[in-house]
Amino acid sequence: MSQPDESDRPPQPNLGRRQLLLAGAVAGLGGAATAAGLAPSGLHDGELGGPAQTFRGAVPWTPGTADVPPGASGAGYVYFTPAEAAFIVAAVGRLIPHDEVGPGAVEAGVPFFLDRQLAGRFGRGDHYYLVGPWAKGTPEQGYQSRFSPAQLYRAAIAAVESYVGTNYEGASFGALTAANQDGVLKGLESGAIKLDGGVDSKTFFAMLLQNTKEGYFSDPIYGGNKDMAAWKMIGFPGAHYNYKSWVTRHGERVPLPTVGFKGRPGWQETSA
Amino acid sequence: MTTTLKPVDAVLVGFGWTGAIMGQQLCDAGLEVVALERGPWRDTSTDFATGFAQDELRYMWRHHLFQNVSYDTLTMRNNINQEALPMRHLGAFLLGTGVGSGGVHWNGQIWRFLPSDFLTKSHNEQRYGKKAVSDYDLTVQDWGVTYEELEADYDQFDKLCGTSGKAGNLNGKIQPGGNPFEGPRSNEYPTPPMPQTYAPTLFGKAAAELGRHPFPHPTGNLSQPYINPFGAQLGECTYCGFCEKFGCGNYSKASPQTTLLPYLMAKSNFMLKTECEVLRVELSPDRKRATGVTYVNSAGEEFFQPAEMVILSAYVLQNVRLLLLSGIGKPYDPRTGEGVVGKNYAYQTMSSVNVFFDDKILNPFIGAGALATVIDDFNGDNFDHAGLGFIGGAYVAGMVTGGRPIEMIYTPQGTPAWGMEWKHAAAKNYLKSFSISVHGSCMSHRGNYLDLDPTYRDVHGRPMLRMTFDFSENEHKMSDYITDSAAEVARAMNPREIKLNRRVGSFNIVPYQTTHNTGGAIMGASPRDSVVNKFLQSWDVPNVFSMGSGAFPQNAGYNPTGTVAALTYHAAREITTRYLKNPGPLVQS
Repeated sequence: MSQPDESDRPPQPNLGRRQLLLAGAVAGLGGAATAAGLAPSGLHDGELGGPAQTFRGAVPWTPGTADVPPGASGAGYVYFTPAEAAFIVAAVGRLIPHDEVGPGAVEAGVPFFLDRQLAGRFGRGDHYYLVGPWAKGTPEQGYQSRFSPAQLYRAAIAAVESYVGTNYEGASFGALTAANQDGVLKGLESGAIKLDGGVDSKTFFAMLLQNTKEGYFSDPIYGGNKDMAAWKMIGFPGAHYNYKSWVTRHGERVPLPTVGFKGRPGWQETSA
Repeated sequence: MTTTLKPVDAVLVGFGWTGAIMGQQLCDAGLEVVALERGPWRDTSTDFATGFAQDELRYMWRHHLFQNVSYDTLTMRNNINQEALPMRHLGAFLLGTGVGSGGVHWNGQIWRFLPSDFLTKSHNEQRYGKKAVSDYDLTVQDWGVTYEELEADYDQFDKLCGTSGKAGNLNGKIQPGGNPFEGPRSNEYPTPPMPQTYAPTLFGKAAAELGRHPFPHPTGNLSQPYINPFGAQLGECTYCGFCEKFGCGNYSKASPQTTLLPYLMAKSNFMLKTECEVLRVELSPDRKRATGVTYVNSAGEEFFQPAEMVILSAYVLQNVRLLLLSGIGKPYDPRTGEGVVGKNYAYQTMSSVNVFFDDKILNPFIGAGALATVIDDFNGDNFDHAGLGFIGGAYVAGMVTGGRPIEMIYTPQGTPAWGMEWKHAAAKNYLKSFSISVHGSCMSHRGNYLDLDPTYRDVHGRPMLRMTFDFSENEHKMSDYITDSAAEVARAMNPREIKLNRRVGSFNIVPYQTTHNTGGAIMGASPRDSVVNKFLQSWDVPNVFSMGSGAFPQNAGYNPTGTVAALTYHAAREITTRYLKNPGPLVQS
C-alpha cells in the first residue's frame, strides 16, 4: 500500500517544487493567484499530484478521494471589472447571438463562465509555459504571448476599447451598432486591427472565441450552458453513460432527456 | 545532495503501456523491479469514475490528464533555419503523464503494421526504384525486424487487451469481413467486432459499392466482457463517446489500469514510485554500462537508483531526450547526416472529409474511441504507387469517436466560425454530419529530427527537447491523393454536401492532430544507422533498452500503440530468455 518514500523524510506539504515554481512564474495576478495549484485542504486533485509516494503490494485505494470536478459557484463577477464585463457581454453576444433557434452566449451564461475561468487556474495559465525568453515566432509555433489568459483578456480588452475610442468617436465597444461590433471582431480575427499594449489581436480573438464556445457547450457546473439549452439546440443529450440499446437503431432520434452532471430539471424528490 | 538507494535488477523510467508490460514481464522472470513515474497515481474508481468522466471542458480543453507544459515542454521549429520556440500550450499532440499515461486517455485503436511497412526502404526500392526512397531527401530505413518476427507479440497484446475485431487473414487465408490486406494472424481477435452505428455503416456500404474492402476497426473498447490472462476483467463498452482525452470509467477500454495493474501491483518484487522524475541515466566511467538513474521527487530531493538494467519506458519524446541528456549514442546532425540519436523524427499525416446529410440522423454522441468502419485499400503498399510520386499511405475510416460539442461540430464549407450563421449551421448539422478520417503515414526526412534546445530549459535546469519538423512533399502528395479517395467514398454516400479538410502547409503546433510522435531512437540492423537493435537495446550501452515509438524508423499509416506493445513484448522475451543469462549485446554489431 501507500508508504512514504524510502528516504523516510517527514511528510511533505502538498506543494511540490513544480507548484512552487509555477506559483512563482505566474504570480502577480492579484487575489486570484493565492496558493496557485493547491486543492482545498482534504480534497484530492488528480492533476496536482502531491508528495512522492511508493506503492507496492496492492492497488491502493483511499476513501473519499474521488477526483471530482471543481465547478463554478457564487454570483456576479470576481475577475472582470464592470467595464470589462460590458465588453465581454457585448462581444460574446455577437460571437453567438440569441434568436428563436437557440440561446445566445449571454443567455447561456458565458460571461459568468469566462469570469470564473479567468479567476481560476485557467486564467493563471496553469497549463501554459510562460517563461522567457520570448519571440514573436511563426503562426506554426503557436501561442508566444508572455501573458497568462487572464492577463491577456485584461490587456486586450483595454486595447480594443482604446482602438474603438479612437476610431468610433470615443464610443465603447458595447455602445457600437451590432454591425460595427462585428466589424471590429472581424478585424481582430483577421489581425487587420493592430492593438496596443503588446497584444496580438488574432491571439486574443482565437482565445475569446474558443473560450466562448467552451462556456456555451460545457457542462452547466462550470457556469455556462444554462439549462443545457445549447446542448438541446443541437441535439446533444449530455452526459449519458450508456447508449448500448441505441447503437443499431439507425436513423432514429434518441428520445433520452438532456442531462448534466447534476441531473436535469425534471428530476423530483420522491415523497414517502 | 543525492541519496543512493538499494540497487535493483531493473529500473523502469516512466509507467505507461511499455512500462507496465515490461514490469510484468521482468517481475514474472523474478527480477526486482522499480518503476519511476513522474506524474501522479491514477486509477479508474478515483480518477475517472463514470459520475464525472464525461467532462469535455476539464479533460480535453483544460488538459486534466495530460502533461502540464507549464514546467516542462519542448521547443519546435519547422526547419533548421528557424529559431525554435517553446510549445507554450498543448495543441497538435496531447502528451500523457501519470500512471498509465497516454494508455489512459487513448482511443483504443489497435493496429498491426503491414509486413511491407517493416521493409519501407528495401520493399519500395525493389518495387519502384531507388528514387522512390530517396526523393525529397527521404531517409527511410528498414526496421531490422519483420512482421513475422513480431506476430506472436502482436497476438500477446491482443490477448492482454481483449481486442475486438474480425481477422482478415488467418494464417494466410483471407477471411470475409476482415481486413484482407493485413499480415497473417495466428489467431482470431479475442472478442468480436463492435456493432456499428449509422454513419460507419453508411460509410462501409458506400465503400463496398466502390469496390473497396470495408471492415470494422480493431478496438480496445470492448464489444463484450473479457477476462484476460492475468485475470483482469474488462466490461462491455457503452458507447458514451468519451474515450480519447478521457479515462474510461467503465473498465471497457484497455489500459495499463484495466489489464495489468491489479496483477503487477500484487507482486512483491515490484515497486512503483510516483512524482519521481528521472533526470538522467548514469554511466560507468568507460560509458559502456549504465549504473542506474538519478531522479528527483516532487519535494526536490534527489536520489540515485542503482540498477543492473535501465528500461526507458517514458514517451518517445522523453526517451530521446534522456538518451541525449545522458550522452548515450551519437546525436544526429542534419547537416552531415551523421549520428543517430534524434534522427528520423516523424509524425502522422492527418486529413479528413466531413459529410453532411439532410435526411439522416446519425446521433454522433453514440461513439467510442475506435468505433469505425475502415478501408485499408490505400494504406502502405496495398495499392500501386507507380507514377504517383510518393510512397506510403493511409487508412480511411468512417469513424465516430463521439459527438463532444466543443470539439466536434462540423459545419459546411464557407460557414463562418462565429455569429448567427455559425450557430444556425451548428444547430442544423450536428446530428446529421460526421467525419471521415484519413490517417496517413509519415516518412522520415533528412531535416526532421530531435535534439536539445540551446536556449530553453525545464524546471530542473535541463535543456528542453527541440523538435525540427515539417511535412515533406512526399507526405503532401500522399495525403492529397488519399483525401481524394476518401472524398470519393463520401460522395458515394449521397450526402447533401461534403467538406475536404486537406493537410495544407507546414506542420502547425496549434490544432490537434494526433499524439503519434515517432522516431529519434530508431531501431535497425546496424549501429551506423540506428540507436537500438531489433530488441530495442542500445548499441552503445547494452544494459539500456529504449521502448516505444521512438524506435520507428518512419511512421506507418496506422495508430502506433499495437506496434509499440509488440516491440515491447519482443524485447522482453529476448531479455528474459537470453539477456539475463548472459548480459551483453543481443545482436553483434
